[in-house]
Amino acid sequence: MAPRKTERILNLTICLLVSGRFVPKSRIRDAVEGYHDLSDAAFERTFERDKDELRALGVPIEVGTFDPLFDDEPGYRILPGEFELPPIDLDAEEASVVGVAARVWQHASMAASTSSAIAKLRAAGVEPDPSLLASLEPSVQATEPGFEPLWVAVLERIRMSFTYRDGARRTLEPWGMTSSKGRWYVIGRDVDRDATRMFKLSRITDLPRRESKPGAYEVPADLDLRSLARALAPPAPTEEAVLALRAGRAPGLRRRGRPGSAEVSLPSGFEVHVVAFSELGSAAEEICRYGADVVVLEPAELRARVVQGLTAVAATAAVSATSGAA
Amino acid sequence: MTSQAQVRRLLSLVPYLREHDGAAMADVAGAFGISVRTLREDLNVLWMCGMPGLTPGDLIDIDMDAVEGEGVIHLSNADYLTRPLRLSTDEALALVLGLRTLREIAGPGQRAAVDRALAKLEAASGSAPTDQASVSVTAGQDETQARITEGLQRGLRLDLTYDVASRAETTRRMVDPLRVFVLEGYGYLEAWCHSAVGLRTFRLDRIAAVEVTDVPVEPHPDVVLKDLTTGWFETLKDAPLVTLDLAPEASWVAEYYPTEATTARSDGGLTVTLRVRDPGWLRGLLLGLRGGATVVAPEGAGNSAAEAAQEALDQYAALLDPASAG
Repeated sequence: MAPRKTERILNLTICLLVSGRFVPKSRIRDAVEGYHDLSDAAFERTFERDKDELRALGVPIEVGTFDPLFDDEPGYRILPGEFELPPIDLDAEEASVVGVAARVWQHASMAASTSSAIAKLRAAGVEPDPSLLASLEPSVQATEPGFEPLWVAVLERIRMSFTYRDGARRTLEPWGMTSSKGRWYVIGRDVDRDATRMFKLSRITDLPRRESKPGAYEVPADLDLRSLARALAPPAPTEEAVLALRAGRAPGLRRRGRPGSAEVSLPSGFEVHVVAFSELGSAAEEICRYGADVVVLEPAELRARVVQGLTAVAATAAVSATSGAA
Repeated sequence: MTSQAQVRRLLSLVPYLREHDGAAMADVAGAFGISVRTLREDLNVLWMCGMPGLTPGDLIDIDMDAVEGEGVIHLSNADYLTRPLRLSTDEALALVLGLRTLREIAGPGQRAAVDRALAKLEAASGSAPTDQASVSVTAGQDETQARITEGLQRGLRLDLTYDVASRAETTRRMVDPLRVFVLEGYGYLEAWCHSAVGLRTFRLDRIAAVEVTDVPVEPHPDVVLKDLTTGWFETLKDAPLVTLDLAPEASWVAEYYPTEATTARSDGGLTVTLRVRDPGWLRGLLLGLRGGATVVAPEGAGNSAAEAAQEALDQYAALLDPASAG
């Protein structure tokens, strides 16, 4: 059946593409072979579905009633200028980066979208050749089960609902998606809260469900995904800590900081560095990771946090030692 | 295969075949990423399509003798399909995100080519919005990437200064660069390390300095580069298992690292089992979590973290109350 259906849809496309003016539905039914043997009702259903499929592929089918002979019957046409890919001329370097980009997606349906984009470019005379850049392999993963339904929802503007990790049911008008540190986030209008919200896909606990037809809302024209995504990055540092670093250790902190000095006498082999940080909690976490290679001299507040954290970790050994002895 | 995917492909195949008259079946199948058999099915559909009426003069003409005989394709009588369909939103977005991901790890020359290709694609995709998704990659400084690219392109050994996070120290080594890749949001250099005498992966953002030497790289014919389609799973699959109890504030660990098993605990936290290749990584994680995680099994796996914490606490005691240090 599939080849027959493909034939019918392709013939429909050609019929609307070559006519130059609106073709009434009755004329389409006569002209396109796959519609001949269908009952009235079956023709209506099939024709509607075929149009939907073509539109989903991005084929611009216009509706109008300009033909005086068929004036109460809708007519359809495809304008070649709207249908055709505009000329695109890529030099060898540009074609080569496009060839690399073609292999980026490690996700079946995204990879399929990329391949069909590449097929169109090839049909337009571009020859993407990644071999010039064989040693570059960017890749994008999307392993979250919610990725695909939400991606389709973003493209087609479909309102979606899902359960978030806190157990709450959310209804969202998805505007866009962004990936940071390999994790996907969806941004949109939370319908119940009437506010812009961002959700991490790995924290969605069920498969997002459709709550509307396509085209249910408008995406704000001034949507700036990159600045919304920047909210995911750590805030810019505003405070400074004076740290003693063991020589040669904690390179991450050392490189971010600058050499400093301190009044106190340091453990031997330590050097003072001044390092900027933005928030006590994340600074304490980073510093604790280095264990005995970093000593916080100032501020006292940060030192207290670090000492508290280290005390908790030291206690875990004491507990297991005790339970081991019992 | 769905009919929709086939329609999408055929709309590109026709202009492609017009552009490449006499192309070999195998080459065309390769360009479209399909089997020769699928291509033959496509041709069988195509020659049943054409202008309304579908008299022999209306049909798309394919020289089936040439297809069966020399295995080459001559297609004609399809003057209305000289150009492929415009890029749809999903195609444009998938390709643009691929290019932007490549841009994040590219050297300056390639970056310029990516920018030119992006501008041309965005112009050609017309109304298709490409601002609805973004991917950010944690990669190296511009200078780092420029020098690595130079080493790759000219086949020269690199002098690398690298921060080994789990050991909290900086190392210096000579490496033969083999590839730059992105996996789960981070950029990496994969290289043959002459100090370790083996294949090593270096996170671009932890490369502190890199110099291009004038020593040509050695051939490494037996090296098998990492398979990106399996993520980090393959690298970890033989590593020992460690089970941790995570307090609620530490349960993000289950999202950030691949887990073998996760069960909820009554206090809102989680019990997770992870593969741990490097004990130094586990020590850093436990210290950073500041008591939010305790080792359930194997016994003693958390001892080095607790010892490091105690050592750090002793340093603080000596610093804050020098008298007690004796």
